[in-house]
Amino acid sequence: MSALYTESVASLRRKLAAKEITAVDVADQLLARIEQADGKLNAYNFKPDAAKVRAAAQAADLSKPLGGVPIAIKDVINVQGDPCTCSSKILQGYTAPYDATVIKKLREAGAVLVGRTNMDEFAMGSSTENSSWGVTRNPWDTDRIPGGSSGGSAAVVGGHEAFAALGSDTGGSIRQPAALCGCVGLKPTYGRVSRYGLVAFASSLDQIGPFTKTVEDAALLMEVISGHDPKDNTSVNRPVPKYTDALKQDLRGMKLGVPKEYFISGIDPEVEAATKAAIEHFAKQGAEIVDISLPHTEYACAVYYIIAPAEASANLARFEGVRYGNRVKNPKDILDLYRSTREQGFGPEVKRRIILGTYVLSSGYYDAYYNRAQKVRQLIKRDFEQAFTKCDAILTPTSPTAAFKVGEKTSDPLQMYLADIFTIAVNLAGVCGISIPCGFTKSKLPIGLQIIGAQWGEENVLRAAHGYEQTTEWHKEVPQI
Amino acid sequence: MAEYEAVIGLEVHVQLKTNTKMFCSCKNEFGGAPNSHVCPVCLGMPGVLPTPNEEAIIKTILTGEMLECQIAPRCKFDRKNYFYPDMPKNYQISQYDEPLCANGAVTLNLLAFPKDVQNDPKVAFDKKIRLERIHLEEDVAKSFHYETASGIDFNRAGTPLMEIVSKADIATPEEAFAYLTALKQILIYGGVSDADMEKGQMRCDVNVSIRPKGQKEYGTKVEIKNLNSISAVRKSLHYEILRQTADVEAGVPIIQQTRRWDDGRGETFMMRTKEKAHDYRYFPDPDLLPLNTEEGLHQTAKSRLPELPAAKKSRLVAAYAVTEYQASVLASEVALANYFEKAAATAKNKSAVANFLLNDYFATGGDIENIPVNPEFFSELSNLVEEGKINTKQAKEVFPKMVAENKAPSVLVKELGLSQITDTAALEALCDQAIAANPRSVADFKAGKTNAVNALKGQVMKLSKGQANPQVVGDILLKKLSA
Ligand SMILES: [Zn+2]
Repeated sequence: MSALYTESVASLRRKLAAKEITAVDVADQLLARIEQADGKLNAYNFKPDAAKVRAAAQAADLSKPLGGVPIAIKDVINVQGDPCTCSSKILQGYTAPYDATVIKKLREAGAVLVGRTNMDEFAMGSSTENSSWGVTRNPWDTDRIPGGSSGGSAAVVGGHEAFAALGSDTGGSIRQPAALCGCVGLKPTYGRVSRYGLVAFASSLDQIGPFTKTVEDAALLMEVISGHDPKDNTSVNRPVPKYTDALKQDLRGMKLGVPKEYFISGIDPEVEAATKAAIEHFAKQGAEIVDISLPHTEYACAVYYIIAPAEASANLARFEGVRYGNRVKNPKDILDLYRSTREQGFGPEVKRRIILGTYVLSSGYYDAYYNRAQKVRQLIKRDFEQAFTKCDAILTPTSPTAAFKVGEKTSDPLQMYLADIFTIAVNLAGVCGISIPCGFTKSKLPIGLQIIGAQWGEENVLRAAHGYEQTTEWHKEVPQI
Repeated sequence: MAEYEAVIGLEVHVQLKTNTKMFCSCKNEFGGAPNSHVCPVCLGMPGVLPTPNEEAIIKTILTGEMLECQIAPRCKFDRKNYFYPDMPKNYQISQYDEPLCANGAVTLNLLAFPKDVQNDPKVAFDKKIRLERIHLEEDVAKSFHYETASGIDFNRAGTPLMEIVSKADIATPEEAFAYLTALKQILIYGGVSDADMEKGQMRCDVNVSIRPKGQKEYGTKVEIKNLNSISAVRKSLHYEILRQTADVEAGVPIIQQTRRWDDGRGETFMMRTKEKAHDYRYFPDPDLLPLNTEEGLHQTAKSRLPELPAAKKSRLVAAYAVTEYQASVLASEVALANYFEKAAATAKNKSAVANFLLNDYFATGGDIENIPVNPEFFSELSNLVEEGKINTKQAKEVFPKMVAENKAPSVLVKELGLSQITDTAALEALCDQAIAANPRSVADFKAGKTNAVNALKGQVMKLSKGQANPQVVGDILLKKLSA
């Protein structure tokens, strides 16, 4: 039998339906691949339990949309009975007492859950270096980072240690690592996928989304995980389209916008060249390329680093050792319990953002920072609304550079923050975006293309991404691990 | 000595009567085993999200409607950040700058005041106490402290809590008492809360300062906590006003502080001084969409608006011809008024029914919630008197048995052998007998002492074993004596 682990979800489904393979074959091959590769990548915080996975595969209902398909989960989503550490020491020992809504949906769709993937602590970071479990390595070059914060999910899919994975995206945490690991990563429209059970980083920006090997797989997963959830007040009651139908149309007649603000200094020349080549490719395939402007782009990063830490400072207040997780031994009093537990439990980046968020919400600073940031956020939102009157989707680089070396940016948080410069505005505007492979650097590092859609514009994004993917070969490359 | 006046404002927290908690589907119920009404949401587990309880929002708007507030067409929930073991998320979901209800007022009434001042001519019984706002938030858990450890019961965590903030319109401890009594009455009227302070369903923090009469500026504010009854609020205010006055007179400056009321000792004790205001870093809760109340929620609340005490009182006077005082007492409790309306339904003299209920029934020590009597019996009893079948003295004999046994008065009258003698021939014979036996009274009457007829009447009643109709007897005697 050929290596099953490099298959896409759609192709697995076809082979399972034709009874060429069994779900247990799939599970076995994947388990073997993880044994072989994860020692080098360190992408799983919790590797799948072989016996459990085999039993689940055996019991899987193959008639379901994801019947028998193993899917890895970022360690920030609650799976009942499993740990959920968020790659933080503070959640050591915590066992999730409930299933996130997306997990329920995956189970109902027949998926087999495999393992919990590494991430930057509480999803704060762009390299998966801020993890209490150690750094995850890029499958294309293990001296390099996989991106972040969903670096583990990107690495397991890019490194074929999983067929698909779920991640979360607050400022680029799905798209940027997908770009750096050479896979597909989609951040849905805010409100499309329930956040119930996703440990919150910044509630108004967080969305769960899929990592896959192909655009078709992303559409398949989106059909399963999307939809209104009464348990999430911010999820929207709006029918879920059959996303795979959007793939049937080619690129002809699509209007694709290119924003001039995204091609400025600081972008790596190889990334810029690959992006421009991709834009030309779209034109050749019959898409119409239009120049657009997103004039408030330059403020996105500043706005993000006010709003996200502000929300995080409150979201992370519940981690203090009283009810669950790690707790210091013999505290002097309750204040000491809080302080010492948090001092020892959180890493430096998390502390930095809690302090930043606490500061911008403080009395006397609220108007100057938080309130003003919210106003600028509205302008950014309006930029996108206006842009989408002129085009169906927007093309940009996903990340200004390909994967950088482990340790290269850890001493300079500001440099690290710039890794998300092209992805952040999408979260602020609440629109959707995907990253797909669009080339390699000379040293064989993947480059990602970001395709941004309007609110509820997933179908346009998937159509454009699929049209590109089906006429290029980048996604077929497999890293040697 | 300068004369001082007090400036008092009250913050009242009210537990709302709903089936479930504010942001999850746990039961809103007390008395269960510790931590038996909890779920990941109200325990603040990682990844959970709040979903607002519409019933709590409707009840808050209803309260606003009953208290003449402006209802916000749009509002939001905010996070109030502070660390406390009682608070699972270490932030409380509350409302900061956009409360559900703004302004409004509580109108005091005579009966809301303590009994001992109800005749005081200096008291303005119908004063209006203006409200600042009413907002909705979630309650916290309860801590228990043991010798070497503390425990937390999260059953109360996340239950809906409404905060009603008055303006500093209250000038005396008695007005504070009346404000709370009137407020409680309205909350019960609307079915919003049972508002029992002893059970913690209504909790009150008091802010009080004093200033020389005529001075515009406020004095330094002192907050009093641990007030477990409406009378404790009154007592603590009396104590605190005296204490502050004595300090000011002695030249001791008042420091902004929080004091604890010790009900046993009847004194307040300093808990903490407020060196600086806590920075709660309020910001809109991103987990909750802004609330649009304009259509559904506000309409539903309006449709549930009950007849309020003042309106009920006027209607009782008009429809039942009861006295103003009777109507006030009846309207003071919705259960009492409802019972009365049933009890008086077929009565010829409805004021008499009010008397039976307000005087005779409450004299038995019973309460209105557990009244065991079929309300129709009140009408029946008063009609027996009206129709002259029994006299009022006999009615007083029937009443305790009617209450104790929940038996129809007509049945009891037979059982007790109480039917009144109205047969004129029989009564005439008894009158003749009494006239013959009491020549002295007859002489007195003829000499102009008309009161002497009462002595004769008493004799006839005695001869009839109390069963004679006193009115008929009086008429016969007068006729015979004047003949
Ligand atoms: Zn609950």
